[in-house]
Amino acid sequence: MEEIYAKFVSQKISKTRWRPLPPGSLQTAETFATGSWDNEENYISLWSIGDFGNLDSDGGFEGDHQLLCSIRHHGDVMDLQFFDQERIVAASSTGCVTVFLHHPNNQTLSINQQWTTAHYHTGPGSPSYSSAACTGVVCNNPEIVTVGEDGRINLFRADHKEAVRTIDNADSSTLHAVTFLRTPEILTVNSIGQLKIWDFRQQGNEPSQILSLTGDRVPLHCVDRHPNQQHVVATGGQDGMLSIWDVRQGTMPVSLLKAHEAEMWEVHFHPSNPDHLFTCSEDGSLWHWDASTDVPEKSSLFHQGGRSSTFLSHSISNQANVHQSVISSWLSTDPAKDRIEITSLLPSRSLSVNSLDVLGPCLVCGTDAEAIYVTRHLFS
Amino acid sequence: MEELDGEPTVTLIPGVNSKKNQMCFDWGPGEMLVCETSFNKKEKSEMVPSCPFIYIIRKDVDVYSQILRKLFNESHGIFLGLQRIDEELTGKSRKSQLVRVSKNYRSVIRACMEEMHQVAIAAKDPANGRQFSSQVSILSAMELIWNLCEILFIEVAPAGPLLLHLLDWVRLHVCEVDSLSADVLGSENPSKHDSFWNLPGNTQTLTELELKWQHWHEECERYLQDSTFATSPHLESLLKIMLGDEAALLEQKELLSNWYHFLVTRLLYSNPTVKPIDLHYYAQSSLDLFLGGESSPEPLDNILLAAFEFDIHQVIKECSIALSNWWFVAHLTDLLDHCKLLQSHNLYFGSNMREFLLLEYASGLFAHPSLWQLGVDYFDYCPELGRVSLELHIERIPLNTEQKALKVLRICEQRQMTEQVRSICKILAMRAVRNNRLGSALSWSIRAKDAAFATLVSDRFLRDYCERGCFSDLDLIDNLGPAMMLSDRLTFLGKYREFHRMYGEKRFADAASLLLSLMTSRIAPRSFWMTLLTDALPLLEQKQVIFSAEQTYELMRCLEDLTSRRPVHGESDTEQLQDDDIETTKVEMLRLSLARNLARAIIREGSLEGS
Repeated sequence: MEEIYAKFVSQKISKTRWRPLPPGSLQTAETFATGSWDNEENYISLWSIGDFGNLDSDGGFEGDHQLLCSIRHHGDVMDLQFFDQERIVAASSTGCVTVFLHHPNNQTLSINQQWTTAHYHTGPGSPSYSSAACTGVVCNNPEIVTVGEDGRINLFRADHKEAVRTIDNADSSTLHAVTFLRTPEILTVNSIGQLKIWDFRQQGNEPSQILSLTGDRVPLHCVDRHPNQQHVVATGGQDGMLSIWDVRQGTMPVSLLKAHEAEMWEVHFHPSNPDHLFTCSEDGSLWHWDASTDVPEKSSLFHQGGRSSTFLSHSISNQANVHQSVISSWLSTDPAKDRIEITSLLPSRSLSVNSLDVLGPCLVCGTDAEAIYVTRHLFS
Repeated sequence: MEELDGEPTVTLIPGVNSKKNQMCFDWGPGEMLVCETSFNKKEKSEMVPSCPFIYIIRKDVDVYSQILRKLFNESHGIFLGLQRIDEELTGKSRKSQLVRVSKNYRSVIRACMEEMHQVAIAAKDPANGRQFSSQVSILSAMELIWNLCEILFIEVAPAGPLLLHLLDWVRLHVCEVDSLSADVLGSENPSKHDSFWNLPGNTQTLTELELKWQHWHEECERYLQDSTFATSPHLESLLKIMLGDEAALLEQKELLSNWYHFLVTRLLYSNPTVKPIDLHYYAQSSLDLFLGGESSPEPLDNILLAAFEFDIHQVIKECSIALSNWWFVAHLTDLLDHCKLLQSHNLYFGSNMREFLLLEYASGLFAHPSLWQLGVDYFDYCPELGRVSLELHIERIPLNTEQKALKVLRICEQRQMTEQVRSICKILAMRAVRNNRLGSALSWSIRAKDAAFATLVSDRFLRDYCERGCFSDLDLIDNLGPAMMLSDRLTFLGKYREFHRMYGEKRFADAASLLLSLMTSRIAPRSFWMTLLTDALPLLEQKQVIFSAEQTYELMRCLEDLTSRRPVHGESDTEQLQDDDIETTKVEMLRLSLARNLARAIIREGSLEGS
């Protein structure tokens, strides 16, 4: 990994997301959105990393990311997702879910739609109305699913004023994150260490499956599904542990990997290279997990100019190039074959890295030190 | 009583007529609350004060500046790097590292200055533009002072290179110096001039330098005395300048923008191998000559003068007064402390100056809704009062989302602040219980290892069960795992649920022994015993005998235990009678069932033994 550019942006970044590319496009990622938190005024901003050949008015140079536009957001930005090319969905700590629309011709953002009482502890009808933070949002055009601290799951549809489906009290603890498994199924993680699968085709308010860790009920904070194999799911926990699950088999994780020293805030499979996984944590580090087995052999004291790498298993390095088997390399539990190379991507430890996103060869992440890091050469 | 360093500034509160009514105030960590009272100075007090607002007064507005935030964040990283510099490094390598740190700080200040300058130019509102411009000049002054401190205190340049550094310093900060050097270079002896200053630093010793310069100086004097350039007054004045003649230099006052420019120019021509300890003499006289009695020195001038006099404490003190934010003095003092330049100058409350300034700066950060996270690291490096300050501040951070609470808890846990962890978790758990999020409440009590709260949550579950006849949140109770051991009540809850499950799965023998063990092991609360015994009824009434004779005796003993020690409630007579009625019916039914079961059990056990 060569150049990683840092820019201080005067706001603590809670979420960063690449704008998705049009299908079939050959371009690389160019635009990303960020959300801030913990300010008196929080903002959703759009940034561009397009090539600026000359110095622009800001004195930035090529590779530096520039602010395109931003809009005020009420409450902390708890989660952010691109709904499509122009629309961004944001989850707020006030329990409100907002869809923002980007106007590329005059570079502005505006509010397209809003569900202000998506999440609450006591409802808007009662005198003691108390809102609850919306902690996670996931989109699958035209559906939007949100979860929150009130243990509620909402299914919205763009341009519908009311929620299409609401599961009240889906969980007695806080739901931290949600992801789609197959289209009518979603998977949520909560603060007592459980994964729950919900099927929207069923009418009841019960999950169709519950998986949990044995041992301590460590809260799970993030979840991501393998892009190609829809039964493989990765979760990150409060103790920094990365777990890989196979939801078809059993109720326990397939592998547990000791990773960070503090809460893991986000885990992402690379969308086009799913043998690569990225995690970021409260301990200020961002790790790149490489489980691909078609790399040339390296010695165990591998150093690549400035970044540190560690190997996970004790396999001897006289292994021939293993032909990539159909089973995902994440699920294989054979210690002799298992080799995961872990690389720390940030140059120095900072405050918490709250969010990351990967698209193609580009990675963006945001920290509590009010900095955004971008690299366009992940796999160099 | 200490004397005041300067006159206090007066701030008028809008809307409050301070001539008529009195105001009241209270101090906060970084701010002050002020409001108008009903008390009147002369007349009788009025019913309602005319101004209904409470005002917050902040001295430190810099913390809210968007651009300065970048300064705070970047310097935080540099500060941490400095603290982690290996203590064992000594000598040249340590010095070069410290100089690098100093240059990093300065480049951050300059980057901020640049950005603010751009914003000032682009500002549409002239008042805003002026405000930004004044910020730029403050930052510029800060960089000027820091640079000088770096040269004199950190780099500790000896005589010879000292003047080169000072030249660079002036050149960096004063644009007009270029025009003067153009003049000088256009003189008759440029080559001698150039080669003289071609110092690699190592190859010539100070004495060689001095000799060379002496020689050159004498040559110039000879030219002057021989009136070689008498025909051209311009060249003659140039010669005088090169000889360091003060009067000649002062004639070019418009080209010299300030006294320190004058000072360095003067030193360049009169004493280029000046030693650091002689600097202050030249500095004072330069200041006096330049101002010429027309104007009095400004705060910046005093600070620079104190620096030339190597009076670090005075520099810091003057900067503290002149600047509105503790950022500059805190970081500079910390760096100088790492250079081992500050004696432990004990202040009234025992901590030294570096720690005092860092504490002030960090407290200021905590007053900001967002920058408190930076403050934590600063407190970490204050050995005496840092931890205590952090403990007090961290409990008062408002926690509006669980994610923020988790970050605060992580900070506390990393520093083994168990008291704060417990108190924060308790607040969050209580909030969760009030919102009926029992799973969250349990999750917080597990994190804090708070057995008492776990008991509270379990009691809530049990109460819900008694009221509704079924369990809420089965997903939680069924999956408690090892957390069940946190409190007895929680264990009971888990086991009780297990009993229900076993009953549902028709594993009656297991369910029966579990039920019995719940009562005999005393983890069931007494209030629940009746419910448990009532739960035993269907088991007693089954066709097959489930409870053995031994077990039945145990159950009967429990029942007697319960009925004999029933406490007297202070209820009304009719209610008491009604309750008693229900209770006696229940007890009678139980007694009957137990007796029948006992009979069947004895027979069955007797028969088995027989056959």
